[in-house]
Amino acid sequence: MDISSSSMAISNTETIPGRKIVEFYGVVTGNTVRAKHLGRDIMAGLKNIVGGELKGYTELLQDSRQEATERMIEQARSMGANAVVNVRFATSSISQGAAELFAYGTAVRVA
Amino acid sequence: MEDTFDKLNLFVNFGLPLLLLMGAYFIGSVIEKNHFRSIRRREDEQRGFPVVSFDTMPEDWKVSSSDMVTGSIVISLDYFKRVIAGLRGLIGGRIKTYEPLLERARREALLRMTESAREQGYDAVFNVRLETSRLANATRDGKGTAGVEMLAFGTAVKLVSRFG
Repeated sequence: MDISSSSMAISNTETIPGRKIVEFYGVVTGNTVRAKHLGRDIMAGLKNIVGGELKGYTELLQDSRQEATERMIEQARSMGANAVVNVRFATSSISQGAAELFAYGTAVRVA
Repeated sequence: MEDTFDKLNLFVNFGLPLLLLMGAYFIGSVIEKNHFRSIRRREDEQRGFPVVSFDTMPEDWKVSSSDMVTGSIVISLDYFKRVIAGLRGLIGGRIKTYEPLLERARREALLRMTESAREQGYDAVFNVRLETSRLANATRDGKGTAGVEMLAFGTAVKLVSRFG
Protein backbone atom coordinates (compact mmCIF):
# COMPACT_ATOMS: atom_id res chain seq x y z
CA MET A 1 0.00 0.00 0.00
CA ASP A 2 1.24 3.44 -0.57
CA ILE A 3 -0.27 6.34 1.23
CA SER A 4 1.16 8.96 -1.04
CA SER A 5 -0.67 12.19 -0.85
CA SER A 6 -0.21 14.76 -3.59
CA SER A 7 0.72 17.93 -1.75
CA MET A 8 0.79 16.60 1.80
CA ALA A 9 4.02 15.16 3.16
CA ILE A 10 3.56 12.46 5.75
CA SER A 11 6.07 10.54 7.79
CA ASN A 12 6.29 8.53 10.98
CA THR A 13 9.38 10.41 12.13
CA GLU A 14 9.33 13.58 14.16
CA THR A 15 10.20 15.73 11.18
CA ILE A 16 9.91 15.46 7.44
CA PRO A 17 13.43 14.34 6.50
CA GLY A 18 15.47 17.19 5.08
CA ARG A 19 12.89 19.86 5.94
CA LYS A 20 12.24 22.09 8.90
CA ILE A 21 9.05 22.50 10.90
CA VAL A 22 7.97 26.13 11.12
CA GLU A 23 4.53 25.83 12.67
CA PHE A 24 2.50 23.32 14.70
CA TYR A 25 -1.24 22.85 14.27
CA GLY A 26 -1.91 20.05 16.75
CA VAL A 27 -2.97 16.43 16.59
CA VAL A 28 -5.07 15.25 13.67
CA THR A 29 -6.91 11.94 13.51
CA GLY A 30 -8.79 9.88 10.97
CA ASN A 31 -10.74 6.71 11.52
CA THR A 32 -12.91 4.15 9.85
CA VAL A 33 -15.01 1.34 11.26
CA ARG A 34 -15.40 -1.76 9.15
CA ALA A 35 -17.51 -4.83 9.59
CA LYS A 36 -16.38 -8.04 8.02
CA HIS A 37 -17.60 -8.71 4.53
CA LEU A 38 -19.86 -11.72 4.15
CA GLY A 39 -18.37 -13.03 0.90
CA ARG A 40 -14.84 -12.48 2.08
CA ASP A 41 -15.63 -14.10 5.40
CA ILE A 42 -16.81 -17.30 3.76
CA MET A 43 -13.57 -17.48 1.78
CA ALA A 44 -11.56 -16.62 4.87
CA GLY A 45 -13.43 -19.32 6.79
CA LEU A 46 -12.37 -21.90 4.23
CA LYS A 47 -8.81 -20.59 4.16
CA ASN A 48 -8.80 -20.79 7.92
CA ILE A 49 -8.83 -24.57 7.81
CA VAL A 50 -5.46 -24.82 6.09
CA GLY A 51 -3.99 -21.60 7.45
CA GLY A 52 -1.86 -19.06 5.67
CA GLU A 53 -2.58 -15.60 4.40
CA LEU A 54 -6.20 -14.42 4.33
CA LYS A 55 -5.86 -12.16 1.29
CA GLY A 56 -9.38 -10.78 1.48
CA TYR A 57 -8.72 -9.49 4.96
CA THR A 58 -5.29 -8.13 4.08
CA GLU A 59 -6.87 -6.03 1.33
CA LEU A 60 -9.82 -5.00 3.47
CA LEU A 61 -7.54 -3.68 6.20
CA GLN A 62 -5.25 -1.97 3.70
CA ASP A 63 -8.18 -0.12 2.13
CA SER A 64 -9.53 0.84 5.53
CA ARG A 65 -6.19 2.12 6.72
CA GLN A 66 -5.81 4.11 3.53
CA GLU A 67 -9.17 5.70 4.12
CA ALA A 68 -8.37 6.55 7.74
CA THR A 69 -5.11 8.14 6.59
CA GLU A 70 -6.92 10.16 3.94
CA ARG A 71 -9.33 11.49 6.53
CA MET A 72 -6.44 12.45 8.77
CA ILE A 73 -4.80 14.26 5.85
CA GLU A 74 -8.06 16.01 5.04
CA GLN A 75 -8.27 17.33 8.58
CA ALA A 76 -4.69 18.53 8.43
CA ARG A 77 -5.33 20.25 5.12
CA SER A 78 -8.36 22.07 6.50
CA MET A 79 -6.12 23.45 9.25
CA GLY A 80 -3.70 24.80 6.68
CA ALA A 81 -0.93 22.32 7.34
CA ASN A 82 1.27 20.94 4.59
CA ALA A 83 2.64 17.91 6.42
CA VAL A 84 1.69 15.35 9.04
CA VAL A 85 4.53 14.01 11.14
CA ASN A 86 4.89 11.24 13.70
CA VAL A 87 2.00 9.26 12.21
CA ARG A 88 0.83 6.24 14.20
CA PHE A 89 -1.70 3.54 13.40
CA ALA A 90 -3.96 1.73 15.81
CA THR A 91 -6.59 -0.96 15.54
CA SER A 92 -9.30 -1.68 18.05
CA SER A 93 -12.05 -4.21 17.82
CA ILE A 94 -15.30 -2.73 19.02
CA SER A 95 -17.56 -5.72 18.67
CA GLN A 96 -17.42 -9.21 17.28
CA GLY A 97 -16.83 -8.78 13.58
CA ALA A 98 -16.21 -5.04 13.50
CA ALA A 99 -12.97 -3.18 13.87
CA GLU A 100 -11.91 0.41 14.05
CA LEU A 101 -8.75 1.48 12.31
CA PHE A 102 -7.37 4.85 13.01
CA ALA A 103 -4.43 6.96 12.12
CA TYR A 104 -3.17 9.97 14.00
CA GLY A 105 -0.30 12.36 13.77
CA THR A 106 0.79 15.94 14.28
CA ALA A 107 -0.16 18.49 11.66
CA VAL A 108 2.67 20.90 10.91
CA ARG A 109 3.89 23.37 8.36
CA VAL A 110 7.30 22.56 6.95
CA ALA A 111 9.57 24.81 4.97
CA MET B 1 -31.11 -49.13 8.54
CA GLU B 2 -30.42 -48.18 12.11
CA ASP B 3 -26.93 -49.58 11.77
CA THR B 4 -26.01 -47.42 8.77
CA PHE B 5 -27.42 -44.41 10.54
CA ASP B 6 -25.19 -45.10 13.53
CA LYS B 7 -22.17 -45.45 11.32
CA LEU B 8 -23.00 -42.23 9.53
CA ASN B 9 -23.47 -40.52 12.86
CA LEU B 10 -20.13 -41.80 14.08
CA PHE B 11 -18.45 -40.60 10.91
CA VAL B 12 -19.97 -37.12 11.09
CA ASN B 13 -19.13 -36.75 14.77
CA PHE B 14 -15.61 -38.16 14.86
CA GLY B 15 -14.44 -39.15 11.40
CA LEU B 16 -15.04 -35.81 9.72
CA PRO B 17 -13.25 -33.62 12.26
CA LEU B 18 -10.37 -36.10 12.31
CA LEU B 19 -10.14 -36.05 8.51
CA LEU B 20 -10.29 -32.28 8.55
CA LEU B 21 -7.56 -32.15 11.20
CA MET B 22 -5.26 -34.38 9.22
CA GLY B 23 -5.93 -32.60 5.93
CA ALA B 24 -5.41 -29.23 7.56
CA TYR B 25 -2.15 -30.40 9.10
CA PHE B 26 -0.67 -31.57 5.82
CA ILE B 27 -1.81 -28.67 3.64
CA GLY B 28 -0.96 -26.18 6.39
CA SER B 29 2.58 -27.54 6.71
CA VAL B 30 3.13 -27.34 2.97
CA ILE B 31 1.86 -23.75 2.86
CA GLU B 32 4.10 -22.80 5.76
CA LYS B 33 7.17 -24.39 4.23
CA ASN B 34 6.57 -22.69 0.87
CA HIS B 35 5.99 -19.38 2.56
CA PHE B 36 9.27 -19.58 4.48
CA ARG B 37 11.09 -20.49 1.29
CA SER B 38 9.61 -17.50 -0.53
CA ILE B 39 10.46 -15.20 2.39
CA ARG B 40 14.09 -16.33 2.44
CA ARG B 41 14.43 -15.91 -1.33
CA ARG B 42 12.94 -12.41 -1.29
CA GLU B 43 15.00 -11.39 1.71
CA ASP B 44 18.12 -12.33 -0.25
CA GLU B 45 16.94 -10.07 -3.09
CA GLN B 46 16.44 -7.15 -0.72
CA ARG B 47 19.82 -7.50 0.95
CA GLY B 48 21.85 -4.30 0.72
CA PHE B 49 18.78 -2.06 0.77
CA PRO B 50 18.89 -0.14 4.05
CA VAL B 51 15.83 -0.74 6.21
CA VAL B 52 16.50 0.49 9.71
CA SER B 53 14.61 1.11 12.90
CA PHE B 54 16.54 4.23 13.95
CA ASP B 55 14.35 7.25 14.34
CA THR B 56 16.94 9.66 12.98
CA MET B 57 18.98 9.34 9.84
CA PRO B 58 22.74 9.46 9.66
CA GLU B 59 23.61 13.14 9.30
CA ASP B 60 25.45 12.81 6.03
CA TRP B 61 22.35 11.58 4.23
CA LYS B 62 20.92 14.30 1.99
CA VAL B 63 17.25 13.71 1.32
CA SER B 64 15.47 14.84 -1.81
CA SER B 65 12.03 13.45 -1.01
CA SER B 66 10.27 11.19 1.43
CA ASP B 67 6.99 9.42 2.03
CA MET B 68 5.52 6.86 4.35
CA VAL B 69 5.45 3.24 3.20
CA THR B 70 3.58 0.33 4.71
CA GLY B 71 3.29 -3.40 4.28
CA SER B 72 0.78 -5.67 5.91
CA ILE B 73 -0.56 -9.19 6.02
CA VAL B 74 -3.41 -11.01 7.70
CA ILE B 75 -2.48 -14.57 8.48
CA SER B 76 -4.04 -17.51 10.27
CA LEU B 77 -3.06 -20.86 11.72
CA ASP B 78 -4.39 -24.06 10.25
CA TYR B 79 -7.17 -25.94 12.00
CA PHE B 80 -4.88 -28.62 13.43
CA LYS B 81 -2.43 -26.19 14.98
CA ARG B 82 -5.27 -24.09 16.33
CA VAL B 83 -6.65 -27.08 18.16
CA ILE B 84 -3.17 -27.88 19.52
CA ALA B 85 -2.73 -24.28 20.62
CA GLY B 86 -6.15 -24.38 22.27
CA LEU B 87 -5.23 -27.50 24.23
CA ARG B 88 -1.87 -26.04 25.14
CA GLY B 89 -3.70 -22.98 26.41
CA LEU B 90 -5.41 -25.15 29.01
CA ILE B 91 -2.18 -26.16 30.70
CA GLY B 92 -0.21 -23.05 29.85
CA GLY B 93 3.37 -22.74 28.81
CA ARG B 94 5.02 -22.07 25.52
CA ILE B 95 2.76 -22.40 22.48
CA LYS B 96 5.19 -23.45 19.79
CA THR B 97 2.65 -23.62 16.97
CA TYR B 98 2.10 -19.87 17.10
CA GLU B 99 5.75 -18.84 16.96
CA PRO B 100 6.47 -19.59 13.29
CA LEU B 101 3.14 -18.04 12.32
CA LEU B 102 3.96 -14.70 13.89
CA GLU B 103 7.51 -14.82 12.63
CA ARG B 104 6.58 -15.37 9.02
CA ALA B 105 3.83 -12.76 9.16
CA ARG B 106 6.26 -10.20 10.51
CA ARG B 107 8.94 -10.96 7.96
CA GLU B 108 6.35 -10.90 5.16
CA ALA B 109 5.03 -7.49 6.27
CA LEU B 110 8.58 -6.11 6.36
CA LEU B 111 9.27 -7.52 2.91
CA ARG B 112 6.13 -5.99 1.45
CA MET B 113 7.05 -2.62 2.91
CA THR B 114 10.58 -2.87 1.51
CA GLU B 115 9.35 -3.99 -1.90
CA SER B 116 6.86 -1.14 -2.09
CA ALA B 117 9.61 1.37 -1.20
CA ARG B 118 11.89 -0.06 -3.86
CA GLU B 119 9.20 -0.06 -6.53
CA GLN B 120 8.63 3.62 -5.91
CA GLY B 121 12.32 4.32 -6.34
CA TYR B 122 13.28 5.08 -2.76
CA ASP B 123 16.81 4.46 -1.50
CA ALA B 124 16.20 3.59 2.13
CA VAL B 125 13.54 3.15 4.77
CA PHE B 126 14.07 4.31 8.31
CA ASN B 127 12.13 4.53 11.58
CA VAL B 128 10.55 1.17 10.83
CA ARG B 129 7.86 0.14 13.30
CA LEU B 130 5.94 -3.12 13.59
CA GLU B 131 2.47 -3.54 14.92
CA THR B 132 0.42 -6.62 15.66
CA SER B 133 -3.32 -6.74 16.04
CA ARG B 134 -5.69 -9.58 16.59
CA LEU B 135 -8.51 -9.73 14.12
CA ALA B 136 -11.03 -12.04 15.69
CA ASN B 137 -11.38 -14.71 18.29
CA ALA B 138 -11.00 -18.38 17.74
CA THR B 139 -12.69 -20.68 20.15
CA ARG B 140 -10.81 -23.40 21.95
CA ASP B 141 -11.97 -26.15 19.61
CA GLY B 142 -10.32 -24.31 16.73
CA LYS B 143 -13.45 -22.87 15.18
CA GLY B 144 -13.96 -19.26 14.18
CA THR B 145 -11.66 -16.96 12.27
CA ALA B 146 -8.32 -16.49 13.92
CA GLY B 147 -6.54 -13.82 11.97
CA VAL B 148 -3.54 -11.86 13.12
CA GLU B 149 -2.60 -8.72 11.28
CA MET B 150 1.00 -7.58 11.05
CA LEU B 151 1.74 -4.09 9.91
CA ALA B 152 5.16 -2.70 9.11
CA PHE B 153 5.58 0.97 8.38
CA GLY B 154 8.37 3.44 8.01
CA THR B 155 9.56 6.55 6.27
CA ALA B 156 11.08 5.96 2.85
CA VAL B 157 13.59 8.48 1.56
CA LYS B 158 15.20 9.33 -1.75
CA LEU B 159 18.77 10.41 -1.30
CA VAL B 160 20.75 12.96 -3.25
CA SER B 161 23.89 11.18 -2.20
CA ARG B 162 24.29 8.74 0.60
CA PHE B 163 27.80 9.69 1.62
CA GLY B 164 28.08 13.44 1.83
